[in-house]
Amino acid sequence: MSEQKTSPEQGDATSPTEGRRIRVLVAKPGLDGHDRGAKVVARALRDAGMEVIYTGLRQTPEMVAEAALQEDVDVVGLSILSGAHMALVPRVLELLKANGQEQVKVFIGGIIPDEDLPRLKEIGVTGVYGPGASTEDIIRQVKAAMTE
Amino acid sequence: MSLAEQLLSGNRLALTRLLTQVENDTPEGRAALTELFPHTGKAHLIGVTGAPGTGKSSLVNRLALHFRRQEERRVAVVAVDPSSPFTGGAVLGDRVRMRDLSGDTGVFIRSMASRGSLGGLARTTAGLVQIFDAAGFDTILIETVGAGQAEVEVARLAHTTLVIEAPGLGDDVQAIKAGILEIADILVVNKADRPGVENTLKALKSVLELAHPVRHVFQHHGKLEVVAAAEEPVYSSWIPPILKTVATEGEGISELADEIARHAGYLRESGDWAARERSRLGSELDALLRETLVRRFREQVSKSRYEDVLDKVFQRELAPWEAVKMLLNGRFE
Repeated sequence: MSEQKTSPEQGDATSPTEGRRIRVLVAKPGLDGHDRGAKVVARALRDAGMEVIYTGLRQTPEMVAEAALQEDVDVVGLSILSGAHMALVPRVLELLKANGQEQVKVFIGGIIPDEDLPRLKEIGVTGVYGPGASTEDIIRQVKAAMTE
Repeated sequence: MSLAEQLLSGNRLALTRLLTQVENDTPEGRAALTELFPHTGKAHLIGVTGAPGTGKSSLVNRLALHFRRQEERRVAVVAVDPSSPFTGGAVLGDRVRMRDLSGDTGVFIRSMASRGSLGGLARTTAGLVQIFDAAGFDTILIETVGAGQAEVEVARLAHTTLVIEAPGLGDDVQAIKAGILEIADILVVNKADRPGVENTLKALKSVLELAHPVRHVFQHHGKLEVVAAAEEPVYSSWIPPILKTVATEGEGISELADEIARHAGYLRESGDWAARERSRLGSELDALLRETLVRRFREQVSKSRYEDVLDKVFQRELAPWEAVKMLLNGRFE
């Protein structure tokens, strides 16, 4: 756990202790309707033994953060193909933090230009995946992020 | 302050973390359930079951909206979806149909994977419901996996069980099979704008007329004698109504909510509420006893001793019942 602010009690509650399944929220914020990628990733994570909560299309950052809270997920995966990621992603991270869920790892998939990557990493995004990314890589990095 | 205390003071982060602890059956989760138990027993638990594709999630969405807007009740939803028997993973998709509920802090939706349980619920679903109850939610909607005919566990947990049907799913022979229809307190024919709805209604009606006299005996395992008011068999006076809805359009929802309220009133007046509560706590207690005794026993008997006895059974030297006797060795008898 890199986050210092959580109390030991909270840390225990959310760290991937023995027997706990990794819970992932796969969400599509923004207005594009292309959910194939999100569904492929959801299914791949399921086949890797994770519990994936799928929210469907056209979520606002507020809806994503609220679902992440209600479902107490370890990971949020955002699929964005609309080009609005630099508006949507920081807002989701901000809301997660405001809800006390700063330990949640955020991954993004979609069409993300290379020049945006440094800024996204800087605000705390754990992984970014574009077209052609392999689901094995995604699974491995999600699992790795859980043992940090 | 413990998580349980934070939950009682309305902290949503504490609530969500406790739900996880209880779902994973951790020592912290058990301690919280114990601490919160005195605060439970207030909520109206509504089970929603039915075959896949009948519209359970959409109906839960509309019902929750109705309870919020018309009655300002705080509503929790526990939605169970199946886990893969091979990887243990799951895709929990019930939230897709419940997007109307987001943005309202008076509604809290939690998805659960069945984690190998059959019967439509997960092993710890009852625990999650208790946590929501203690957190002050007035109405708790419990949506089952929806795998079909044997999904009757929800009736043990809920006060009011809705069985959802849709036109075109089966003939009247499906309807007279034992099981899911017998647990219905209210039958809902959803997607009632589809062709064939009259046939479905007719089939259900005829089944109810056949099944009704015995259904309550099945549900309570004869445990009604514990209720003082049960001398007259008033409990059989509830005849499950059949309602038509179109959940996606919101049609028939307020009528359904009225019937749910009427059923709650009936349960309280007839003493059936208490009877159900007692029988539910009884089956929970049984399950805990079973689990605890088996665990204690396993702690006491060494693995090698167990394997020896199993070998004898395998060699046909011992019958299973004799093996059990030998393993228990006088304990618990």
